[in-house]
Amino acid sequence: MDIRTTGGPPTTEEVAAIDGFLGAPESLWEGGARVEQDDHLAYGGRAARSRRHLLLPVLHAVQDRAGWVSRGALEYACRRLSIPPADAYGVASFYARFALEERPPLAVHVCDDIACKCAGADALCDALEKGFGPAGAPDAAGSAAWYRSPCLGLCDRAPAALIERAGKHHAEARVAPATYESLSAILGGEWPDSETSMHLPPRKESRLLRRIGVADPESIESYLQAAGYTALRRAIELGPESVIREVTDAKLLGRGGAAFPTGRKWDAVAKAPARPHYMVCNADESEPGTFKDRVLMESDPFAVVEGMTIAALATGCEQGYLYVRTEYPLARERIENAIEQARAKAFLGADVAGSGMAFDIEVRRGAGAYICGEETALFNSIEGKRGEPRNKPPFPVAVGLFGKPTLVNNVETLANVLEILKHGSGEFATVGTPESAGTRLFCVSGHVRSPGLYEVPMGTPLRELMQLAGGLREGRTLRAVLLGGAAGSFVTESQLDVPLSFEGTHAIGATLGSGAVIVFDDTADLEQVLLRIARFFRDESCGQCVPCRVGTVRQEEALKRILSERNQSLREMDIALLSDIARVMRDASICGLGQTAASAIGSALIQLKIAGVN
Amino acid sequence: MASGVFVGLPRRMVTVNIDGEDVQVTEGTTLLEACRGINIDTPTLCQLENLTPVNVCRVCVVEVEGSRVLVPACSRKVEAGMKVHTDSDRVRHSRRMVLEMLASSVDMSLCGPQVQGWMSQYGAEPQRFGSGAATVAQPVKIDNDLYVRDYSRCILCYKCVEACGVDAQNTFAIGVAGRGFDAHISTEFTVELPESACVYCGNCIGVCPTGALMFKSEYDMRQAGTWDESQQRVTETVCPYCGVGCMLELHVQDNSIVKVTSPLDHSVTAGHLCVKGRFGFQFVQRRGPSR
Repeated sequence: MDIRTTGGPPTTEEVAAIDGFLGAPESLWEGGARVEQDDHLAYGGRAARSRRHLLLPVLHAVQDRAGWVSRGALEYACRRLSIPPADAYGVASFYARFALEERPPLAVHVCDDIACKCAGADALCDALEKGFGPAGAPDAAGSAAWYRSPCLGLCDRAPAALIERAGKHHAEARVAPATYESLSAILGGEWPDSETSMHLPPRKESRLLRRIGVADPESIESYLQAAGYTALRRAIELGPESVIREVTDAKLLGRGGAAFPTGRKWDAVAKAPARPHYMVCNADESEPGTFKDRVLMESDPFAVVEGMTIAALATGCEQGYLYVRTEYPLARERIENAIEQARAKAFLGADVAGSGMAFDIEVRRGAGAYICGEETALFNSIEGKRGEPRNKPPFPVAVGLFGKPTLVNNVETLANVLEILKHGSGEFATVGTPESAGTRLFCVSGHVRSPGLYEVPMGTPLRELMQLAGGLREGRTLRAVLLGGAAGSFVTESQLDVPLSFEGTHAIGATLGSGAVIVFDDTADLEQVLLRIARFFRDESCGQCVPCRVGTVRQEEALKRILSERNQSLREMDIALLSDIARVMRDASICGLGQTAASAIGSALIQLKIAGVN
Repeated sequence: MASGVFVGLPRRMVTVNIDGEDVQVTEGTTLLEACRGINIDTPTLCQLENLTPVNVCRVCVVEVEGSRVLVPACSRKVEAGMKVHTDSDRVRHSRRMVLEMLASSVDMSLCGPQVQGWMSQYGAEPQRFGSGAATVAQPVKIDNDLYVRDYSRCILCYKCVEACGVDAQNTFAIGVAGRGFDAHISTEFTVELPESACVYCGNCIGVCPTGALMFKSEYDMRQAGTWDESQQRVTETVCPYCGVGCMLELHVQDNSIVKVTSPLDHSVTAGHLCVKGRFGFQFVQRRGPSR
């Protein structure tokens, strides 16, 4: 492959950022200066191509340093990794967080997604527009710009903002709740104070949240004192087959949204003949209204690392990846710290806790793409490609990351594994319902008195969960609850007794999904919420398959017409059109994004009788 | 002396049921091949025999019993005992919607009679989405003498990217950039073709199903209103340039070569050519006084 670069040289800063990550180039053939030997010997092609998977980390290194990815920088990265520039440009332009045009070093991302809307994000954005110009445009001084962002996973402290400052000392910070005053100070050059501790609601009978506020998330000593790593020791005693049997007997269902039986997945990977096996922890939590994995990673990172280790040893994986969305800087920092400390104590490495088995973890950072939470899109992203989902079958347990058998588990699922091993599958299943064992983390946001993360036994009625979160504000009445985020569905007052279990929600045509519970009282502008959901899917569709690429756009267009059209018969035509669009997206899209992109809007029109739909 | 010839591992026969008919096909056959084998017309847009299936257009979807969603026939392999429906209400609905969605956002007027036939067969009415429906309309890109790129005709079937990449040319001058409805075929930072890695093999034109990529000669004649396929003859010959022996199909109108293609099923080319075979034909039609 002949790599042609015509965009001019990268800046010294850009070279420093890329070489700082990859090390200095060895020859002309990977972007270095010409030395005599290069005229007689070409080498490094295969070796460079095998590092393709480092493209996203390299692009992050450039953007963190320079604030954007210039053509010179992209082409230098291409030379270093032996990637055709057109291909790399396709990758960089896929991810919302990579800027391919020069922009100010300070970026303020303001969430205007569902939960933040309930907390005044629209007014905040309007004020910013008046004060600092439209979203995406540099301010008068050219030193900062603000952007609208989809859900930042800080819904318990809405409205939220994420601040990035590029440069030699790249920094990220979060402001939640954000105000016009706090953001305008930041846009003016002031750096926010370090975050205040997060709001943790009172916990009763908690399992997964037990260590939060008890153990220091930055110290493995503290984790060990809180009975950390006892589950791993037990797993090593039991051996892989018994561990898988325990997880299967516990009837643990995946907590990422699809509710697949975890034991069955582990068994399939363990038995897959091809080698090596990979373990991937999906921490790309991007479903609007969801923040449970963030809290687990920020407050109990060692548990996530321990859970990954148990899963890896049980299924024969020696290499693990934790893919975390870029919007979670603190989670990334704490997990990286936890991995380092676990390595130092030999809980990771060539001989994990004296088991004779090897396992290590690498943290990978997303770059602003909801679709990368889809497991096969996530593989492509780790491999340094566009985050486009793959067609299934083959399934990841047979053909996954780098084409090898891969185990993918959500953060909360892995946290449950620790409980199963510590207390046994029998004890684990004493909580919850017969079909949905254990507890579940629910991210309650919107119009409740105490938004936050709540752990309740599976099967707890929605009404009870809302009461735990303090219920509605004084004098307000309930309009609707969105269960499962943008890919979920709306339920109403009459359905509040639904037991929050997989089968309970299924029975009323809803879903637990990612555990997002967004509550709307009578002050909520649900039409705006629906339009935001439609825009969300239009923005986040990867664009690969026709039903989703065009369908999400047509859905938004039809919804806009339905909400503004006064003529009843024209409106009915559009409602029929919307249902036709929904049907093809559900039936013929490649992945779960397209298949669920119409569910919330459809359920709102029916359940909430918006636009006179019956 | 007797010598063994390795003919590959024996392949099992698998029985699948398509629209009520039991069909025996070899293991590894796709549902599309199985359907076509029994003359069930299956629409395809992003599929081509000489390219790896990308299953993105979803117009070939069929219903497989036991599957929650429809499956793409072009890439899904047969499995013993599969029960397939190719003309159920769900299948017809999805095919119709895919065609409608594409035709409402892309100029598909040069797609050829087969696509127009599917449009009417499935009752596609692209105008249902209203006059305000977003489209990919944009100016034509003319940045070189050999071919033009009119991306308002692009249905994003990925074929050109595959032909430019690992499926044929291994040049990687173009890729899919952007995301969602904004996803598009592009060079790096949308530089013009002469600045890109393009080697002008024209294999992207060879696989383009919509006329988004076109010979400059064809484009100019269409602009001038002189392009007339009914007046064209196709002459088969072998490329004179090197010893590979690529088969060429010379499309000739008014005693001039207006386009060069190669058959997809040709054992040497699989439909792909190089810049010389594809564009180097001017010398045969040099007219005017001889020197």
